[in-house]
Amino acid sequence: MQGFLKSEFFFNYRRSASAIIGSALMLLFAVYVVFGPWLVAQNPHDIASLELLDSFKPPAWLEGGDPRYLLGTDGQGRDILASVVYGARISVMIGVTAMLCSCLIGTALGLLAGFYRGAVDSFIMRVADIQLSFPSILIALFLMSAVGTGIDKVLIALTAVGWVVYARTVRGSTLSEIEKEYVQAARVAGLPDRKIILKHVLPNVLTPLIVIATIQVGTFVLIEASLSFLGVGVPITQPSLGLLVKNGFDVLFSGLWWTSAFPGMAIMMLVFGINLFGDFLRDELNPRLK
Amino acid sequence: MSAEPQALLEVRNLKTRFYTFAGVVNAVDGVSFSVGRGEILGLVGESGGGKSVIGFSILGLIDPPGKVDDGEILFDGADLRKKSEKEMQDIRGKDIAMVFQDPMTSLNPLQTVGQQIDEMLRLHSELDAKARRARCIEMLTDVGISEAEKRLNNYPHQFSGGMRQRVVIAIAMIAGPQLIIADEPTTALDVTIQSQILKLMKRQVRERHASMILITHDLAVVSQMADQIVVLYCGKIVEQGPKQDLIGNPAHPYTQGLLGSIPKLHGRQERLTQIPGTVPDVRNLPKGCNFRERCPYAQPRCAEEEPEQQGVGAGRSVACHFPLKQEAAP
Repeated sequence: MQGFLKSEFFFNYRRSASAIIGSALMLLFAVYVVFGPWLVAQNPHDIASLELLDSFKPPAWLEGGDPRYLLGTDGQGRDILASVVYGARISVMIGVTAMLCSCLIGTALGLLAGFYRGAVDSFIMRVADIQLSFPSILIALFLMSAVGTGIDKVLIALTAVGWVVYARTVRGSTLSEIEKEYVQAARVAGLPDRKIILKHVLPNVLTPLIVIATIQVGTFVLIEASLSFLGVGVPITQPSLGLLVKNGFDVLFSGLWWTSAFPGMAIMMLVFGINLFGDFLRDELNPRLK
Repeated sequence: MSAEPQALLEVRNLKTRFYTFAGVVNAVDGVSFSVGRGEILGLVGESGGGKSVIGFSILGLIDPPGKVDDGEILFDGADLRKKSEKEMQDIRGKDIAMVFQDPMTSLNPLQTVGQQIDEMLRLHSELDAKARRARCIEMLTDVGISEAEKRLNNYPHQFSGGMRQRVVIAIAMIAGPQLIIADEPTTALDVTIQSQILKLMKRQVRERHASMILITHDLAVVSQMADQIVVLYCGKIVEQGPKQDLIGNPAHPYTQGLLGSIPKLHGRQERLTQIPGTVPDVRNLPKGCNFRERCPYAQPRCAEEEPEQQGVGAGRSVACHFPLKQEAAP
């Protein structure tokens, strides 16, 4: 820890406003995602705790607002703040899980392609090219219409879209790493391929992935929100931020703007924070800018 | 060269080709030599002469589009070309080790040198963790790194170039290989460090009664190190023989050219002689002798016939129609 506080990374971090704001936003969401249920008064998924009489209350600072509901309520009398907190949990979990799956699959395929080259490489990279030539939402839409909706289906769709960027990055770094003599030396030392890939190549290609992974969580939150807004995302019983926006959208033009606006702002803040921090990481970890 | 039956490594008629888009490259074209036990063999030639390819062919690590097409590689009497990949993995590192050219890239930047030396022992010995650590410290001390115990936990970037090459040598030596292939081991080092490293390698090899193939373009290095010298040109052996004799009386014009391009410290020298021209395109070699276009002694016959190996004196052979006369018999 002492070493970290003295490191160049931390030195630059303290001097970068965007890094601090970005990480503060990420931290805020992290706290709400982990401790959310203990921080808000209501469980919006528990119908017994809802008061229908309290439906469509405006935010507390407006006329007719109720101090119990800081950001107002929706048509069922759900506290918007509680809904946003619970929705953010689902959004962030989907984003992070899909990122981990994409990273795992993409990195593995990229290593295989870069290390073995030849037919393996051609096959994996052509599949990746095909993937890239479709807009990611379209792929997700196709998949969802084929396999149905649900959180697991959203994860499959996002992973199917997300692995490509890892595969391409890792393949590129692998190609340049295996030219270096230490990989040759590992082969000369009699190490089997599996060990060379896992112990020597993999650790040396990981750095750029940190940046990609960070920013991808934000991208996935957005794609998931779009899918849910289009009605092919998460089920209504597990509303993510995107689904909350959609639900509020129906009454948006009746002047009940808060049901849609606050979940939307939450998405914006989350993705904005991730991108700010991701940009800082990109500058820090890019060896070319050093 | 007469092949003694007890030679550690015997390469016979090795042919390694690269099947590229632009044509077939005969990187190694019918090369035969042998390395006796405890002997240091210098493999000399210009860049692109197929020197490194020989090393990787012996280890069975030629990647497509390259391929070892023909020949025998007898190591301790067994043909390495007939071994399976699994058997070869056992031989690599344990029986045959390699030292690379550039110590800046031949160590993994993310592992401590201790981990990298230890990896060899874990692969090729039955020792437990404690014994391996003791062995690593002993080896590191042996290659001239002080405070070895502390240095084991250092990363490669904490070492200088010469120190790293010492680590690389420690890694190559620790499993007790019988044959070390050193591929331009000092080319990337400062001149002042070069001779230290060469001396270290020579001592290590001699002490362990191991053999070494020293691949280099530098005849000065070879003359300091080797017992036997093999000179390669365009993937073929042009001359081979014992060091003293070959350096003193080169029989092939190419060897003479190489020797003439080494600066001498004593005596007046106006300018270095150089070999005119460049290495011919290996995909499209001329008929006859490969060297004839650069040879000051070329005759019409050189353009017609490819010279065969012929004996010139004890243990020596040369591939030239008109070998240079021995100037003074030893």
